[in-house]
Amino acid sequence: MNLLKIAAAAVIGTGLMTTTVLADGHSGTVVGVSWSNFQEERWKTDEAAIKGALEAAGATYISADAQSSASKQLSDVESLIAQGADALIILAQDAKAIGPAVEAAADEGVPVVGYDRLIEDERAFYLTFDNVEVGRMQARAVLDAAPSGNYVMIKGSPTDPNADFLRGGQQEVLQKAIDAGDITVVGEAYTDGWLPANAQRNMEQILTAQDNEVDAVVASNDGTAGGVVAALTAQGMDGIPVSGQDGDHAALNRVALGTQTVSVWKDARELGKAAGQIAVTLAKGVPAAAIYGSNEWTSPGGTTMNAIFLSPNPITIDNIGSVVDAGWIEKDKLCQGVAGVAACE
Amino acid sequence: MTDATRPAKTPAGMPAPPKKTTFESLELDTRLLGMIGAFVLLCLAFDLLTGGRFLTPRNIFNLTIQTVSVAIMATGMVFIIVCRHIDLSVGALLATCSAAMAMIQTSILPQYLSMELGGPLIWIIAVISGLAVGTAIGAFQGWMVGYLTIPAFIVTLGGLLVWRNVGWYMTDGATIGPLDPTYQMFGGTNGTLGTEASWIVGIVCAIGAAIALWQARRRKTKHGFPVKPAWAELALIALSTGAILGFVAILNAYQIPSRRLERLFEERGEVMPAGYTEGYGLPISVLLLIVVAVVMTLIARRTRFGRYIFATGGNPDAAELSGINTRLLTVKIFALMGALCAISAVVASARLSNHSNDIGTLDELRVIAAAVIGGTALSGGIGTIYGAILGALVMQSLQSGMAMVGVDAPLQNIVVGAVLVLAVLIDIVYRRRTGDA
Repeated sequence: MNLLKIAAAAVIGTGLMTTTVLADGHSGTVVGVSWSNFQEERWKTDEAAIKGALEAAGATYISADAQSSASKQLSDVESLIAQGADALIILAQDAKAIGPAVEAAADEGVPVVGYDRLIEDERAFYLTFDNVEVGRMQARAVLDAAPSGNYVMIKGSPTDPNADFLRGGQQEVLQKAIDAGDITVVGEAYTDGWLPANAQRNMEQILTAQDNEVDAVVASNDGTAGGVVAALTAQGMDGIPVSGQDGDHAALNRVALGTQTVSVWKDARELGKAAGQIAVTLAKGVPAAAIYGSNEWTSPGGTTMNAIFLSPNPITIDNIGSVVDAGWIEKDKLCQGVAGVAACE
Repeated sequence: MTDATRPAKTPAGMPAPPKKTTFESLELDTRLLGMIGAFVLLCLAFDLLTGGRFLTPRNIFNLTIQTVSVAIMATGMVFIIVCRHIDLSVGALLATCSAAMAMIQTSILPQYLSMELGGPLIWIIAVISGLAVGTAIGAFQGWMVGYLTIPAFIVTLGGLLVWRNVGWYMTDGATIGPLDPTYQMFGGTNGTLGTEASWIVGIVCAIGAAIALWQARRRKTKHGFPVKPAWAELALIALSTGAILGFVAILNAYQIPSRRLERLFEERGEVMPAGYTEGYGLPISVLLLIVVAVVMTLIARRTRFGRYIFATGGNPDAAELSGINTRLLTVKIFALMGALCAISAVVASARLSNHSNDIGTLDELRVIAAAVIGGTALSGGIGTIYGAILGALVMQSLQSGMAMVGVDAPLQNIVVGAVLVLAVLIDIVYRRRTGDA
């Protein structure tokens, strides 16, 4: 009967739960983190950094994973607040649909740190790497390697505000060369969901349309760069300048191999550490404007908010040794199949 | 209560039943009782594990508004599954309806009829158009299942892809919002009745339940059916009215945060009196669910349409031979499902105060799971509306409870999946033991 049915379920549930740490019984500051999608590997690094910073400040970490659903993220935030979070760090699945969650937090006087992705709400504190600067760095590195010729722009996901920030920064750098007639943008495409497979398909189509007359590709991250390089390799064109970002291990290997020009590296550990520290400070009642290094910033949507932008770090063949020194990647991984590069000797 | 398939199980003139124990005299549905018992157990376990945070008025309030969208669709899924069909497209249909309503509110009406957001008509037009879209798509799918005899699994599997992407196409994948303020009141926190109105609704519901129970008894007596003793009837009435009023009391106990109140006063240009407090009360979305549940239950039990559904589900061939137009019936139940998807779309998008492209993703699985956990048999003919709603509540409690305890995301899904399969297994064993179909 149904009594048994759900009782059994409860038993299973309880069995699993006892293996996890209970969130209650904490006395100090509690910081709740709402992740948008923990299926992506990179957030594990961020989580470790946030946990480290919170531990150092004597605060407790609680979290929830929205599994790529904006609706679940709203429920998650409600649940984190109900669990007594004093501050929230939110990696928003949807910049606008997170609004009701920020409002619920504001109602309870819980400060919100928008982590990595913009939250269009003046009550949120925005912490990210300077994505416009990332775009500039990508374009600069590619422009140095190919001062003239046909350019292709492979952009990020159309639903991610970062995609347009990156594109804006890239345009700033390229504008002069475009105006001078040195370079021509012959193809431009958004990449749905930032998926490498979509980037590869778009690149293949552009190559076909342009009869392979492409001299450089400005790709917005390492995943899309991977798709681009695969498309180029199929045409025997690998080796032309390609940009990327994130410091993905595979991408750094491509930089060492020479099939990718630059990977703009945003050290997630720095971002996570800063987020943890800011959340604890805000939880203590310090106003957002008084946080060290914070500036007032107006989003493209017209929202004025307090923000901190960390500066990224472009990794090219010249400084590729630095990622190994920082412990980001093992030398074996970086140098797989590489010969004649100083950092790999 | 018996399953709606056999409304008149005990014909008049049967030998007097053997003497019953006190518990048996109450003639409670053991299936419902078991489910409620298990749900209570689950809640208590979570409450213990979260150090008393799970069963607070605040979390109960959260849980109810989080459940509404899936629960509304689950009531329709009961009819579909009872008729031996399935609908895999409900989440996608929700997205299309939500996209249509969002576009109508934010661009079509303001642009062509120069209506401003917040106008008195805009939400009504949006909701009615959404209902029309949902019903039309549902009826179209039902027509393909009923008249073109394409299996429902295939029609709605195709629908899953088609409607999700029609929604995407309409909005270019962008998040559309903010939506109309009146429309947002269907979302939960933004639209509650307040304490006084909630008490009134609660009392009306309680009186209604009492009258309904008493009427049912009188009808039975009139037709000469055996009835339970008067004290048992009274106990049941006391129990159900108590439950209704208790629920209202809990929702009223959740205080609106003071900062929110301050903001509300500021918007009205007033100053909040010191020490002023106000309870949330019954959310409009929950009221909507209650209305849907009552209407759907009445359809199932009191209308010809409802009897035809269960008759067809029990034995399609016999139903057709006895003159039921099963094809048209299929169109009707899918159209009804479509309309319910539209209502859910109102609730889901109003809650987010935006239409987001991923709205309703995987809801088809949650809805089917809710109906099945609630005792709806995929073999057809058996299912109850209240069961499906309880099923939805159990699923949401499991999910939000595990999130609260801090269970890892993959483990949460593993537990939910295991519970689903286990629930069906136990249901099958239960039916076999009791010989209940």
